[in-house]
Amino acid sequence: MAFLQDPTLIVEWLRQLLLGWGLSPALTSLALYVLGALALATGPLLWVIFLIWFERKAVARIQDRLGPNRVGKYGLLQPFADVLKLLTKEDIIPAKADKFLYWMAPILSLAGVLLLWPAVPLGKGIGGNVNVAVLYLVAVGTLSTFAILVAGWSANNKYALLGAFRTVAQMISYEVPIVLALLVPVLLARSMNLQDIVAAQDVWFVVAAPLPALIFFIASIAEVGRTPFDLLEAESEIIAGFHIEYSGMKFAMFFAGEFLHAFTVGVLGAVLFFGGWRGPGAEAYPILGLFYLWLKAFLLYFVIVWVRGTFPRVRIDHLLDFTWKFLTPLALVVLMATAVLDKALVRAGAWPRALGLLVVNAVIWLLAQRWLRKVEKRLEPPMVAQPGQYPVARYTPPEPQAAEGD
Amino acid sequence: MVTTFVFLLTAVVMLVAALIAVLKDNLVHAAMGLVVTLFGTAVLFVLMEAYFLAVAQVVIYVGAIAILIVFSIMLTRRVGAAWGAQTNPTWPFALLVAGLLTVLVTRMVRAWAPDQVLPAAAAVPADMTARLGAALVDPNGYVVPFEVASVLLLAALIGAVYVAWGGRKAEKETHK
Amino acid sequence: MIPLSWYLVVAALLFGIGVYGVLARKNAVAILIGLELMFNAVLVNVLAFWRYLQPGETAGLVFAVVIFAVAAAEVAVGLALFIAVYRKFGSSDVDDINLLKW
Repeated sequence: MAFLQDPTLIVEWLRQLLLGWGLSPALTSLALYVLGALALATGPLLWVIFLIWFERKAVARIQDRLGPNRVGKYGLLQPFADVLKLLTKEDIIPAKADKFLYWMAPILSLAGVLLLWPAVPLGKGIGGNVNVAVLYLVAVGTLSTFAILVAGWSANNKYALLGAFRTVAQMISYEVPIVLALLVPVLLARSMNLQDIVAAQDVWFVVAAPLPALIFFIASIAEVGRTPFDLLEAESEIIAGFHIEYSGMKFAMFFAGEFLHAFTVGVLGAVLFFGGWRGPGAEAYPILGLFYLWLKAFLLYFVIVWVRGTFPRVRIDHLLDFTWKFLTPLALVVLMATAVLDKALVRAGAWPRALGLLVVNAVIWLLAQRWLRKVEKRLEPPMVAQPGQYPVARYTPPEPQAAEGD
Repeated sequence: MVTTFVFLLTAVVMLVAALIAVLKDNLVHAAMGLVVTLFGTAVLFVLMEAYFLAVAQVVIYVGAIAILIVFSIMLTRRVGAAWGAQTNPTWPFALLVAGLLTVLVTRMVRAWAPDQVLPAAAAVPADMTARLGAALVDPNGYVVPFEVASVLLLAALIGAVYVAWGGRKAEKETHK
Repeated sequence: MIPLSWYLVVAALLFGIGVYGVLARKNAVAILIGLELMFNAVLVNVLAFWRYLQPGETAGLVFAVVIFAVAAAEVAVGLALFIAVYRKFGSSDVDDINLLKW
């Protein structure tokens, strides 16, 4: 049971096993690296199966219906049925589509999500230890943006291309608040390494920086392209946007990639703001740390699903206005205020610093609310029904033209 | 041994992708070749232990500049239209100039023989990124180039917005 | 350690390919692609020299950061100009843009 306290013993045991089989040390290292990469890539993909089921059930319950409950007990085998259906679908490639790019785009999209996982610290001493992890996360995020552009172009369909342009515009606009909000934990932990950020969270950063956590959360939901920001890829809008020409397994890769990305956002939020793998007993037993991280990430994913089931879609111009005119200035102000106050309170203990920053965040939030009210007064009033006026708007068909023969 | 293998692989992939970027008629494929070259450069930066710059390369070049280039290719083209030949008829002279330049530089490098002339390279300090950050805002350091670069970016931002916007305003007036 | 001359040769080859791209291509964006290749070659060069001559100093890294900023600014303005010109001329070949004033 010693591996419960030190998981690297598993790696040592595997190494001894491979050396015992007569492999050279260099080949053993290579084999262990490949095994580790396979495990890190396969684990989240298997977990996606459960996430798909959970999301469908949760959204269904929010919408006052049952969700899948025929295939297997409680519908637990539903994702397997989905995968079977998508696997057996005909793999259509549109005529005159760019074959190589058409084939590459789903792979790039899924790669952009899986590449986020090596930087995540999974427990004390296990998981990623990338020195510039925070910037690495941003870099990999841009890879998924690229995949969408390639997908929209290669389908040889001008609606797909238009949808791809708008999606990419949305994603690069929301990258700015994400980067600014990511800078706040870096500031508070004095390091870009995610392991150091987790180690510096004696007080969870969500207490010291709730506003950057909120900005990161909202902007990440938009970055992933989920409701309420999925105007550009929902089935009922612009005919499913950039992935209209994709069917079968290629669509399944986009689909699974989107769910995995949402869960990865939960994992990153947990690492950056909710203490990552820290919890009672996690220092002694790293496996427990992994469990805590999973729990926190799953709770955040539940909030994301909750948001999906609750809010209506945001229109494209409202979406872009929201990021450029509200989230980015707010993130800038919070970043500057946090930097100044952190320098002032650098000698205080963990809790006074956190509470001081909490107060600053609350003040900024209240000022932002007041500013929002003033802006709302200037906008056009919503069309609200007056008493006795029903329907609110009436469609009058145009007058029929006189027929030619009269 | 592993670093040599990675370097050779990256160099080969990078150069082949660069050739695709300048030789292909299909400009979207050429842009993809550019993206692979940019990733290859990032790998070279990692081999040189400039980790921050490697990730910054991916964020700035692949994440912004390459997307911008692909956007403008897609915006100035009808979907499904033929590309046509994209190379000038005077390409042999271009090949001559480029070839001469490359041969000249390679001969200079060989003549200098840096591997024999220079002492062995020192190690990179572990906190290089922190030192870079400190140097960029240090008044005795490089704060002036940093600020000048920021002003340059601001000017480019305003200029690009104005150029792209001014065109639309002129269009609206001619349509009236 | 990989010998310094290898890095310099790779950078020189990349630069040569970039020069060919700038001189031999018709489309303005294709020329910009060649230009980006040249910028990358210069970056590899600067950082190779930094790594092998002065790895303890930050001067090389700062130089590279400034090159990033300049390249980004130049591509942004260049493409904005190109789109504006395309709207006027309807063609993206640089040979067709032959009026000094319109």
